[in-house]
Amino acid sequence: MLFRIYRFDPEKDAKPYMKDYQIELQATDRMLLDALIRIKAIDDSLSLRRSCREGVCGSDAMNINGKNGLACVTRLADLQSPVVLRPLPGLPVIRDLVVDMSQFFKQYHSVMPYMVNNDPPPDTERLQSPQDRSELDGLYECILCACCSTSCPSFWWNPDKFVGPAGLLQAYRFLADSRDQATSQRLDDLEDPYRLFRCHSIMNCVDVCPKGLNPTKAIGKIKDMLVKRMV
Amino acid sequence: MALPVRKFDAVIVGAGGAGMRASLQLAEAGFRVAVLSKVFPTRSHTVAAQGGIGAALGNMGEDSWHWHMYDTVKGSDWLGDQDTIEFMCREAPRSVIELEHFGMPFDRNADGTVYQRPFGGHMQNFGAGPAVQRSCSAADRTGHAMLHTLYQRNVRANTHFFVEWMALDLIRDPSGQVVGVTAMEMETGEVYTFHARAVLFATGGAGRVFASSTNAYINTGDGLGMAARAGIPLEDMEFWQFHPTGVAGAGVLITEGVRGEGGYLLNKDGERFMERYAPNAKDLASRDVVSRAMATEIKEGRGCGDSADYVLLKLDHLGEELIESKLPGIREIARKFANVDPVRDPIPVVPTCHYMMGGIPTNYRGEVVATAGGGREAVVPGFYAAGECACASVHGANRLGTNSLTDLLVFGKASGDTTIRFLKENPTFKELPGDAADVTMERLSRLDARDSGESVYDVGNELRQVMQMHCGVFRFPDLLEQGVRRIKEVEERVARIAIGDKSKVFNTARVEALEVENLIEVAVASLVSAHARKESRGAHDRSDFPERDDENWIKHSLWLKEGSRLEYKAVHMTPLSAKTIEPKVRTY
Ligand SMILES: Cc1cc2nc3c(=O)[nH]c(=O)nc-3n(C[C@H](O)[C@H](O)[C@H](O)COP(=O)(O)OP(=O)(O)OC[C@H]3O[C@@H](n4cnc5c(N)ncnc54)[C@H](O)[C@@H]3O)c2cc1C
Ligand code: SF4
Ligand code: SF4
Ligand code: FES
Repeated sequence: MLFRIYRFDPEKDAKPYMKDYQIELQATDRMLLDALIRIKAIDDSLSLRRSCREGVCGSDAMNINGKNGLACVTRLADLQSPVVLRPLPGLPVIRDLVVDMSQFFKQYHSVMPYMVNNDPPPDTERLQSPQDRSELDGLYECILCACCSTSCPSFWWNPDKFVGPAGLLQAYRFLADSRDQATSQRLDDLEDPYRLFRCHSIMNCVDVCPKGLNPTKAIGKIKDMLVKRMV
Repeated sequence: MALPVRKFDAVIVGAGGAGMRASLQLAEAGFRVAVLSKVFPTRSHTVAAQGGIGAALGNMGEDSWHWHMYDTVKGSDWLGDQDTIEFMCREAPRSVIELEHFGMPFDRNADGTVYQRPFGGHMQNFGAGPAVQRSCSAADRTGHAMLHTLYQRNVRANTHFFVEWMALDLIRDPSGQVVGVTAMEMETGEVYTFHARAVLFATGGAGRVFASSTNAYINTGDGLGMAARAGIPLEDMEFWQFHPTGVAGAGVLITEGVRGEGGYLLNKDGERFMERYAPNAKDLASRDVVSRAMATEIKEGRGCGDSADYVLLKLDHLGEELIESKLPGIREIARKFANVDPVRDPIPVVPTCHYMMGGIPTNYRGEVVATAGGGREAVVPGFYAAGECACASVHGANRLGTNSLTDLLVFGKASGDTTIRFLKENPTFKELPGDAADVTMERLSRLDARDSGESVYDVGNELRQVMQMHCGVFRFPDLLEQGVRRIKEVEERVARIAIGDKSKVFNTARVEALEVENLIEVAVASLVSAHARKESRGAHDRSDFPERDDENWIKHSLWLKEGSRLEYKAVHMTPLSAKTIEPKVRTY
């Protein structure tokens, strides 16, 4: 199978280039990550992030034949040759397929991504009904892989001002939690022409999320909450 | 050569569940603490834990920490220390409640309390049964939910993370006190000395020493390698847990929670074979028992598939609704990695390396203990460890499912608290020795100087093959003997590793070479300890000594790198407040 991979080493390359690798796949090579590891055994200068190899850690997000995804859960059998691999779009490249995620995490950190409840903690758990708990489904499962935000045109143009789909999904995860008490503070923070309202419901984010999550829907719900509190 | 120095009250190496529970204690108490991690914190392997956290909350029927303690001691095949086990089981409910208060999205019962599911080896009435519902869960993504919750709480506490920094070596002063670590910033390739009053290791497991493993690529036993090179013994390294249900061929885990919810195993005749091996607990017997039963079925020709090399995990009878609500991640994994939809078809599974019971020796306060002044358990000043890299030893010869996450919470917190106490009592920094960075610089310059040599990839694969073949579910005297010899050969090859890429920026070839230097310490320790233990206990099963030998072997192995030497120390049979649980024949 032929792989065409984006290469850039800031120490020696004036600019990025694409490099071809033709490799024999083995029967046990099921996922794209397996092939990349085989390539790395031949050319140890290829850099990428990877860890869990089962789609839960969010390390190996990259642009695969034009679409963002996780290498470890992308089946080789589903890919067209040549397989063109690039780093996630819109973020500075550190080297090869490794991007600088600072801006992405900065936006995540900006939404107060933790529960706020100022009541003295009881001796037991804070009770939550199964219905209230189910509000968190489709939100808490995010693995912070950045596939969504780096496929979002609004995030490309304003990565410093627009929170982006991943951050907004997490913002809503806490707004939706019956145990959280910071609703109005969270909404105040998002009521901003850029932080929330740069989302134009283009839905790229939904299309690429490897966990099948729906940031657009969560963003819509935040907008609804803002509308509701105005009336 | 001297390296640039950064100073912190405490350095924590590892940002998984254990590291981040510990860092929370220190950050909330206002200490300057640096948390180093090879990966962004939420990418640590705790994220992959599926099934749950063990704690006797009793939300779904009567339970008590005494029962949990009994099950854990029995699960450990009486190799676990009963003081640490009591401490863990007693503290577990409080730790889980605390985690809930941090925002953990646990599943809920109709009355709003935390949902708990049954898990292997967890029983009512001091092992008499029936199964108890003790595993607190968030669908089958408990570890993900827990790791993110802990990270979020650390964001709130302003913990100072060093993301993608790899610790390389532990620094001890001439008195043996730990005074820091060396570490490499992966993005720049720069190496620094972290000078600290206390160092806490929470570097996780080393499952990547086996060819077939449920573990992430980053689980390379770095903490153990660093400790061993600094003269700290490694405890009970012969005990490796093989999880019964890794996806055949892929290694990816299928949680025991599947069997907790009612799934079971079948051989090629469609027989529910666990009924023969464990008439009471059946598919919910302890992991070592189930893995051995599966390996026996396969060995005796009752495996499934063309090569008869796996068995089947059936769960379609649970119904799509339950599978979607309680086991959605499993359905996703089965579809992706086994090409089956478990709502209709069973999943092909094999026993797969999963968990390291051994590790850096600690006591129930999280202090690292080592041989000194005639004793085997002298506290190493300034050094703490928690989580899978530590051996407290709560898991003994076999860990019960859900007890690792419990271990992370309880001992993460306890080690954090002990560190705080030490920092208060020792307000000044001890001097860095002049040769603080020598070991590290020698390792790095060796890699940089060599133009040709062994490839990381080949040597790593050979190491994993040797472990897989010589240190697996069943162990044989001749194979162990050869295994010790072969792994020493691999060790020599590790010393000859060369990397083609000598660049500085995000050089993962260098990182992988440094990781193999840690894996090899783990592998040698495991084989040497396994070869020496002449009995069968928990996960260590020898064909030539098929019985447990309580007379001679209720003791912990301690492997020392220098001379690849073994020492032994007594198991703590006396709990902190409860009564000793006397050894009994272990049946399920
Ligand atoms: C698939 C799977 C499912 C599991 N399910 C369960 C379950 O349901 N219940 C249960 O109780 N247990 C379960 N376990 C076991 C449990 O998840 C692990 O034992 C536990 O998460 C380990 O946590 P830890 O904090 O010790 O280490 P980890 O979470 O592995 O974290 C290790 C940390 O150390 C860092 N690190 C390592 N080396 C270095 C270095 N040299 N420099 C800097 N940083 C370093 C890493 O970056 C990482 O941050 C499961 C394990 C697996 C593999
Ligand atoms: S829906 Fe909104 S967040 Fe998602 S890609 Fe489009 S603009 Fe971005
Ligand atoms: S929402 Fe989906 S795509 Fe976006 S970061 Fe989370 S898991 Fe990744
Ligand atoms: S390696 Fe963890 S998500 Fe792919």
